[in-house]
Amino acid sequence: MLSIVQVYPELLGTYGDGGNGLVLAERARRRGIDVELVRAGMDGELPTGDVYLLGGGEDGPQRLAVALLAAAGLSSRVDDGAMVFAVCAGLQMLGSSFSVQGDDQYVGLGLVDAVTTRAPVRAVGDLVTMVEGTMMVGFENHGGETRIGPGVEPFATVVRGRGNDGVVDGFRAGRVWATYAHGPVLALNPWLADAVLSEALGGRELAPLESVADRLYESRCRALTTRSTG
Amino acid sequence: MWRAVRLGIATQAVRTVNWVSQRSGRGSGTVIGGTVGLFLAPELLTSLANDRRVILVTGTNGKTTTTALVAAGWDGDVTSNDTGANMPAGHVAALARSGATRVVLETDEAWLGATLEATSPAVIVLLNLSRDQLDRASEVRQIADRWRNFLAKPQAEDAVIVANALDPLVVYAANEASNVRWCATPTSWTADTMSCPRCTEPLLRTDDRWWCTCGLAQPTLNSYLDGDVAVVGSTRVPLALGLPGVFNRGNALMALTALDAINVDLGRAASRMSSVGEVAGRYGLRRVDGQVVRLLLAKNPAGFAAMLEGLGDVHDVWISINARVADGHDPSWLYDVPFEVLRGRRVRCLGERRLDLATRLWYAGVEAHVDEGRPAIEDRVIDVIANYTAFSDLLKESRPC
Ligand SMILES: [Zn+2]
Repeated sequence: MLSIVQVYPELLGTYGDGGNGLVLAERARRRGIDVELVRAGMDGELPTGDVYLLGGGEDGPQRLAVALLAAAGLSSRVDDGAMVFAVCAGLQMLGSSFSVQGDDQYVGLGLVDAVTTRAPVRAVGDLVTMVEGTMMVGFENHGGETRIGPGVEPFATVVRGRGNDGVVDGFRAGRVWATYAHGPVLALNPWLADAVLSEALGGRELAPLESVADRLYESRCRALTTRSTG
Repeated sequence: MWRAVRLGIATQAVRTVNWVSQRSGRGSGTVIGGTVGLFLAPELLTSLANDRRVILVTGTNGKTTTTALVAAGWDGDVTSNDTGANMPAGHVAALARSGATRVVLETDEAWLGATLEATSPAVIVLLNLSRDQLDRASEVRQIADRWRNFLAKPQAEDAVIVANALDPLVVYAANEASNVRWCATPTSWTADTMSCPRCTEPLLRTDDRWWCTCGLAQPTLNSYLDGDVAVVGSTRVPLALGLPGVFNRGNALMALTALDAINVDLGRAASRMSSVGEVAGRYGLRRVDGQVVRLLLAKNPAGFAAMLEGLGDVHDVWISINARVADGHDPSWLYDVPFEVLRGRRVRCLGERRLDLATRLWYAGVEAHVDEGRPAIEDRVIDVIANYTAFSDLLKESRPC
């Protein structure tokens, strides 16, 4: 049984981020893979899972989520082989430190060597990146600027938008993946959903799965690369 | 003397510019004149509102409908910004158009402070707060904080606040105010208030009550619904609304509570309200592509959740989604809408972002159709739910019937 855990949706679910969990679970289910989608509530214990999904959140809830995940031992779940896919504030939380309102830095979960400071202006708009030669389309809305450490691999290179710093977006540290494109980025990029799913299943190859999501992906790629505005 | 002359000129300018705008067919003629008037005399709104009795209506969802219900329920001549232009220019236009002493103004959430300073309202109606167009607007908690500051202004001191007791963000905003009538206004939307607006701890809930360990809690109710009966204080008022859905009964409850605060007879107010069957094109029957439809507007997840609950019993539903500036450029919020309730129905996907909608519906397990040409015409009324600019497009493409 593949277990997908949507982490604290009451704190980390500002932008339809719950869509990422739904997409992963449905794409597994429609291929006949035994799967469960678990919502981890902030008032209970963190369930055991194969993939932990972290969404975006407002400033106060983001800090609370870090405290809860540190106490729940997310990093030891990762050491035990679990995968993490994080977006937006979830990305910031996984790093060594981040700032929200004001200039105070807060200690992050420290799973990845990444420092987020406040950027002079918010990044709000379409985010287009290249992930190992494949285009990823999404939307970002955040006020952070993230610098990843020397040994950390970025998730993608930025074509349009800011991502971490206008050059690269997110990071990939073993099975901990993160992007600034907020939820439901996996709905917009079915190939990426399948890449996450395959990784969570230990690199297993997946049967093709056609749907209207493929048409959506193609139309967004076209719209965001042939016009100057989204 | 000179001030009076300047205000007189500015008021006349509002009327003239709006008249020209309407005649030339270039605008609905509500905002442009107000903008000109405010440019000529920034204190124009204060001056126009002077000596009138003003009710302000604000919140994420239901503003236009509740404003229409208040206007209909109040007896006598009432002026209102009934085209939905809900910032100062629209307010100025509504007041310049009519000398009526009764005024009800739909007010944008972010403009509540400026509007209440200018109009010293008798009543302020706070409907609800939820996520809406997040790539444009401030985060929802920040709006609640701003409301809290607005309500501490001296111009709000004498106002009666009519507030939704079931929305923790509204309660957080209003609970320091001195004169609040709390209404139990039904909502199924709790995603924005899972954690406490004051301290971010998880909110605790039972079926009829919510509270937090920090002390923020559902206040004692003044008004609530008992089926089709609105209970306002000690008065029971049967509702016979021409508008569908439990959320419109909630809007009517808040409208009646506002009118009760200024001593309007509630029985007569409710019967006047029952004549409202269409609000700015919403809920009325129209013809599109030969099909008779009922147009419904929903701009955000809470609004969609409410509309989906109140759908008619026809198998087909049409939904139209755009993502222009006024809609917010990012349709991610489609994943916050409980579209799963449409399983077993067939949805025709319309609008510029119909593929985003169709993908969302595919993941929800709902039969979705995109671009397959015109469907056969049904002999029953089909509900069409559209977001902001998609709704405007449909209104233009359709005819009343
Ligand atoms: Zn609290």
